[in-house]
Amino acid sequence: MFGLNWDLIWRNREEFLWGLVLGLQMALIGLAIGCVIGLLVAFARTSRHRWLSAPAAAYVEFVRNLPLLLILFFLYFGVPMWANSALPRDVADLLILDGENTVIAGLAIYGGAYLAEIFRAGILSVGRAFVEAGRSLGLSGVQIARYVTLPIMFRTVLPSLGNTFISLFKDTSLAMAIAVPELTFVTRKFVTDTFQFIQAWTVAAVLYIVTAYAIAAVLRFLERRIRWAV
Amino acid sequence: MASIIDELPLLLQGVVATLQISMLVVVAGSIVGVFGGLGLLFGPIWLRAPLRGYVDVVRGLPLLVTIFIIYYVPPAFDIDISGFAAVVVALSIFAGAHISEIVRGGVASVAKGQSDAAKALGLTFWPRIWSVVLPQALPSIIPPWTNTAIEMVKGSSLAYLVSVSELLFQTYKVVGRTGAAMEIYIAAALLYFAINFAVSRFGAWLERRVRYAL
Amino acid sequence: MTDTGHASTVGEATAPNAPPMVRIRDVHKRFGALEVLKGIDLDVRQGEVVCIIGASGSGKTTLLRCINFLEPYDSGRIYVDGELVGYHERGGRLVPAREKEIARVRAETAMVFQQFNLFPHMTALNNVAFGPIKVRGVAKDAARERARELLARVGLSDKADAYPAQLSGGQQQRVAIARALAMEPKVMLFDEVTSALDPELVGEVLAVMEDLAASHGVTMIVVTHEMMFAREAADRVVFMDGGVIVEAGPPDEVLGAPRSDRLRAFLRRFTTSRGS
Repeated sequence: MFGLNWDLIWRNREEFLWGLVLGLQMALIGLAIGCVIGLLVAFARTSRHRWLSAPAAAYVEFVRNLPLLLILFFLYFGVPMWANSALPRDVADLLILDGENTVIAGLAIYGGAYLAEIFRAGILSVGRAFVEAGRSLGLSGVQIARYVTLPIMFRTVLPSLGNTFISLFKDTSLAMAIAVPELTFVTRKFVTDTFQFIQAWTVAAVLYIVTAYAIAAVLRFLERRIRWAV
Repeated sequence: MASIIDELPLLLQGVVATLQISMLVVVAGSIVGVFGGLGLLFGPIWLRAPLRGYVDVVRGLPLLVTIFIIYYVPPAFDIDISGFAAVVVALSIFAGAHISEIVRGGVASVAKGQSDAAKALGLTFWPRIWSVVLPQALPSIIPPWTNTAIEMVKGSSLAYLVSVSELLFQTYKVVGRTGAAMEIYIAAALLYFAINFAVSRFGAWLERRVRYAL
Repeated sequence: MTDTGHASTVGEATAPNAPPMVRIRDVHKRFGALEVLKGIDLDVRQGEVVCIIGASGSGKTTLLRCINFLEPYDSGRIYVDGELVGYHERGGRLVPAREKEIARVRAETAMVFQQFNLFPHMTALNNVAFGPIKVRGVAKDAARERARELLARVGLSDKADAYPAQLSGGQQQRVAIARALAMEPKVMLFDEVTSALDPELVGEVLAVMEDLAASHGVTMIVVTHEMMFAREAADRVVFMDGGVIVEAGPPDEVLGAPRSDRLRAFLRRFTTSRGS
């Protein structure tokens, strides 16, 4: 194709594919933890108590305005430097993460801020009527959240959840900056070894695009499976 | 502590570079986006199809991959491109695709009767778009446009990876020189926050200005 | 039963043998499988007021939009003041005109819409002055001066600086009429201009239109459901049904002594539903 030699890249196909899988893995775990953070923050932000809502709002507004790469550098370079000098050895060891866990933690913190906003919109969209219906049945606040708000909201937030997953997946490309061998790292390494710029970046681009649109297609399928609507 | 304050000018140099990149990109991306969005809506099929391809491909790619493609591929054809230029071009391509989609959506949301009324007065396409349709699309275009601008400020940090000494690059360097990791990273975070807070305030101000009585 | 172009006109402004201001010949228009205009012939003289009535779906609004080329027609010819609308004729075939030419013809045929379609980001005054400034190249001060006169004519001198959202539906529609008048058009097209209004606001708009009609300065084609207006202001009433003109003539004849069953049925349904 295009008069280019594609043999070398074909022989290294497993490396590229594992890079892709690693990115998906980190994005998925990051999304899961981010959802927990996002849910807690969303409920805190919609709380009547200012001591809960104010820090929640601050977290969302602050983190959404930071570059993900800065968060990754902070976790990977900054925290260990500071922890080693300021904290006892065993506590410091807990805070020092390897590359992959740094990316997962970074995605969770970063994605958590976006997910909090998505969940907050979801909570607000459920509306008072359902909450009051739950209260009239004698459910507690936690029970209302668990059995009424969350299931109803799940349907409305699903598309945004999917978009966040795709964004986080694309953001895993930044992991190359701390030498995590995901797809972008593999591609750049391949390029420096072989000088096959065009082949390598074409393959990487196609893999990213196909994966992103495949995730989107799966999510649209899932959305259609949920038949009830609010 | 004194050593950190001594290093502040280095951080501010980084801020200047970050602002330079961001502003260039937002201007270029907005120009591409306005014409891209109008092309997606009103263009003939030979224009619409490649525009659709451009927008969908770029929106499916990680920004970093777009930067690397622009940075690494032209030299393979003996075209020299600096890290700074590569970042500005790649981010503009990225912003242009996103803003194209924003403009397309905003313009499509303007009631068809408005275009009819302008046609009935005898206005041709461009005056109709500039004077009647776009002003009404702006209130729905500006909020997502502001978000794209913030994404570009954040995205400019990727310039670090092609050795452009913007804010993150300088942060990394100053941490290495002083060893004051916590303080410097927090200072950098506050600087990014301040820039983006200003961008979102500016966006809110613009939105208020273009929002006529509805 | 097509009877067009020969009806007597009251208060005619031009000699009967002058060429018509609007000449429509065998116009066809289809939307996909649906043919909405099935061969329309109609002449409208300079200064004449023609009301087009008919049930919804009869094609009357589509015909109006074809005259302004907001909808391109498929075949036939529409001339405004002798100029073919939207096309050039080459060897008996229609060739689409260039955008500039279409715009020039449109500027001669002003349109007032059912939904007003005032520009929401401009004041009433700027809505009226906009066309003359942008299309006719009139100086801003002169255009605004003229716009004030026109707003006074439709009774809205005090609303010049109001935005459309601050005006009632009836006031918005009067601004829209002033906006159309500002273009000093050869023909004014009115598309069910009172249908979107609350009943108590219809009168003020009809009063402005009756005033215009009585002046006979401008040719008017009015698609309407207001039978009283048609009876009193029209020189000629045209009844459309199923994409064709069924009857046309002076209001007394068409509304007073309908000849076709279709028109009788339409008028009966109309009087009962409106209770007038």
